[in-house]
Amino acid sequence: MSVMGTRVQRREDPAFLTGANRYTADLDEPLLAGALHVHFVRSTIAHARITEVDVSEAAAASGVVAVYTAADTVAADDLDPFPVAIPGMIPDALARPWIAGEVVRFVGEVVAAVVAETREAAQDAAELVVVDYEPLEAVVDPVEAARDELLLFPDHGTNTALEVPFGHSGDALFEGCEVVVDRTVVNQRLAVCPLEPRAMAVTWHDGRLVVFMSTQAPHGVRNRLAGIYGLEPEQVRVVAPAVGGGFGAKINVQADEGLLPWIARRLGRPVRWAETRGESMVSMPHGRGQVLRVEIGGGRDGTVGAYRLTVLQDAGAYPSMGAFLPFMTRTMAPGTYAFPKVECNVKAVMTNTTPVEAYRGAGRPEATAAVERALDLFAAEIGMDPVEVRRKNLIAADAFPYTTPTGAVYDVGDYAGALDAALEAAGYDELRAEQRARREAGERLQLGIGVSLYVEITAGPAGNQGEYAKVTLHRDGSVAVYTGSSAHGQGHATSWAMLAHELTGIPMERIEVIAGDTDRVPEGHGTFGSRSLQLGGSAVWTATEQVVEKARQVAAELLEAAPADVVLDTDRAAFHVAGSPSVVKTWAEVGAAGDIAGPIGEAPTGQPIEAALTFTADNATFPFGAHVAVVEVDTETGRVELRRIVTCDDAGRILNPMIVEGQRHGGIAQGVAQALYEEVRYDADGNPLTANLADYAFVSAAELPAFELVPLETPTPVNPLGAKGIGESGAIGATPAVQSAVVDALAPHGVTHLDMPLTPERVWRAMTTV
Amino acid sequence: MGEVEISLSVNGHARTDAVEPRLTLADYLRERCQLTGTHLGCEHGVCGACTVLVDGAAVRSCLVLAVQADGAEVTTIEGIAAPDGTLSPVQAAFRECHGLQCGFCTPGFVVSATALLRDNPDPTDDELRVGLAGNLCRCTGYQGILAAVRRAAEAG
Repeated sequence: MSVMGTRVQRREDPAFLTGANRYTADLDEPLLAGALHVHFVRSTIAHARITEVDVSEAAAASGVVAVYTAADTVAADDLDPFPVAIPGMIPDALARPWIAGEVVRFVGEVVAAVVAETREAAQDAAELVVVDYEPLEAVVDPVEAARDELLLFPDHGTNTALEVPFGHSGDALFEGCEVVVDRTVVNQRLAVCPLEPRAMAVTWHDGRLVVFMSTQAPHGVRNRLAGIYGLEPEQVRVVAPAVGGGFGAKINVQADEGLLPWIARRLGRPVRWAETRGESMVSMPHGRGQVLRVEIGGGRDGTVGAYRLTVLQDAGAYPSMGAFLPFMTRTMAPGTYAFPKVECNVKAVMTNTTPVEAYRGAGRPEATAAVERALDLFAAEIGMDPVEVRRKNLIAADAFPYTTPTGAVYDVGDYAGALDAALEAAGYDELRAEQRARREAGERLQLGIGVSLYVEITAGPAGNQGEYAKVTLHRDGSVAVYTGSSAHGQGHATSWAMLAHELTGIPMERIEVIAGDTDRVPEGHGTFGSRSLQLGGSAVWTATEQVVEKARQVAAELLEAAPADVVLDTDRAAFHVAGSPSVVKTWAEVGAAGDIAGPIGEAPTGQPIEAALTFTADNATFPFGAHVAVVEVDTETGRVELRRIVTCDDAGRILNPMIVEGQRHGGIAQGVAQALYEEVRYDADGNPLTANLADYAFVSAAELPAFELVPLETPTPVNPLGAKGIGESGAIGATPAVQSAVVDALAPHGVTHLDMPLTPERVWRAMTTV
Repeated sequence: MGEVEISLSVNGHARTDAVEPRLTLADYLRERCQLTGTHLGCEHGVCGACTVLVDGAAVRSCLVLAVQADGAEVTTIEGIAAPDGTLSPVQAAFRECHGLQCGFCTPGFVVSATALLRDNPDPTDDELRVGLAGNLCRCTGYQGILAAVRRAAEAG
């Protein structure tokens, strides 16, 4: 009986539910015995010259073992500069120092590291570090930064970190268009906020570097640290224990994290570090932070003729992965629409703020929000229903594979189908009727309806690095699945066991899934970009198929039959000769025999039957969907309440609907939160105003309705599972739907656009001033 | 700094410890009792991940000092399941309804929901949402969590 598409409960859950799982800060590993505690002293000023760092009192404090400043890291002959995120693309001159020595460029930048016997001693001593700052003027707004009037790196000559002009044809792009709308919209900066902040513990053991870290990508961390410390990857072991969420902010190695091995080596003792939330809010990379100019032109019949998107990315003080997010935005610029002409140019600038990296969606929510706002603005301009405008421009279901003007090759889709399904489930016509009735009655609570369509790219770009899996059949008939996909809440252990069970029939409780330790899993890439099931799962699937094939040959020898005559009955988890089901060889019998057949066509090895491979897809996948949001706006106070959110999200063939729904739920909540509540704010001097969870408007259960999920499965041809990514869909589709709904409610007030988050004050001001 | 002796019950076990007055209950539980299921997500009483029961009341252990728990009965996530390991109705419902993903907020939610249902065995949806608004989750959108607590309430 197939388990594919069934709601198998998670094997991970009991340990989480009883508090038995260990996160990095909980670890009690013998390797970490006697560990010192590191506490980073961080800049309290956004932009300043450092005139003096006095650590004498801190160094003399009780329990303190060492205090390091830039003078130490610069003078160290065993520490190269912290490398830029993507060498060759970002100039070395923009590299982040391990510890700021001459200039600080954002609040949260490290100015000293205190190492002590206890966490409390380190924290206490940190208070004794005296830093003299000579304040410099700060630039916080990326638009202002782009003017280059105030430079973060004067020697670099510009605040632009990265700019790739893809071509700009000026007004000619819109030749023949009856209507052209031009508007600049903001996709605000967000705090990623996994519930577990960053944490790391490091030791040098037998000449190897051993790292325990809250990370989404242990192998990436291993390779990066090996590069920094001049080691072979095999000389570094990275273990990801239980990881309390990542959402993109735990993919890379940050400068503070990368420095810990140096401290441990210098002091000859293990070191531990776990950031506080207050620290995390300014030092964990932020997400989003784009200013987007949309220009859209077309006919009064609703047909769009041309679309231009100009992206200005706020990369923060030191350009990292965030500087590359606009390329993802560019790839997905046209969204679900068959626009004949599309131009998109991108640029990333530096500001005196926390560096920006990936956050759930990473470049695609920005593309979707921009094009969806553009269509709403265009619809308002020509006086057409926004749904009707969308219908006129959607890529047809028979047009796949579809190559976009920005170079993406969409694998498969049914955008009109998703739109229809979402509208029907929402009762779009009835909602419009209710809206009219409320408007005519002049009710205080006005209804707003927002519709968005999205398509995004997962496991991209094309020619991605793939994912590793090894499947081993033990002599007792149990199976070990080794995966390079290291989970932090996505339920891989359950899903991968389902895949191996499906092909073998071996009970899931006899299938162990091993991940998150680079010593046990030699290769891997990790969990990000909604890649795991389609790459990591396909790797497990393909490796299991190879194990089954090898095992069938072994069973054939045991059954004294020709391999071609032997079949696997997965219901009984046993092999038999076709037509003779009474004589069987179980997995345990086959496993005990071992790989007597050897690799197919080769001599016997006597080793366990196993297969190891890296699965690489020929193309990325392009999940899509349609969201409908219904809001009530209080016309007296500007308060917005989300009444309904109906989403149709297509992720191809679904392995475990329960896990898929969970991924959709989480994404939708974050998407709604961006539209209505969340924003990282700074004052004009670069002081963070949202540096804890009391000030940052993290969404809670009280603000969210029950989500209405509409199913749709359009399998992709690019992997054997037919699966696409689902991890980010909700965060991509929900935001513009909710934003549009609020703007829609305000239409009678002449409002055609409002930037996010749609706070009561912003909504109220729009109603009273337009 | 002088230490203060406290005596309390943690998950049914009597303990006496000398602690610094500034030691939070959360750090006491995590570091002195090795009960690391109590997680610290914000250290300022907003996220609720560190919620434990003190004499039956759900409290944020990051905002309580260990010395304040002197004489109290403290129950952490490690003390919620039956002694034989059988999940409590709330814990079982969280699993059945996919009320957790990364698991970091989960102990706080389970403890909060346990206290909520004890005080209000048949909550309305609104009471549930408001009652759990003091715990933050980044993974689930609260959908599975609310379904789980509803199911636990129905299971009575």
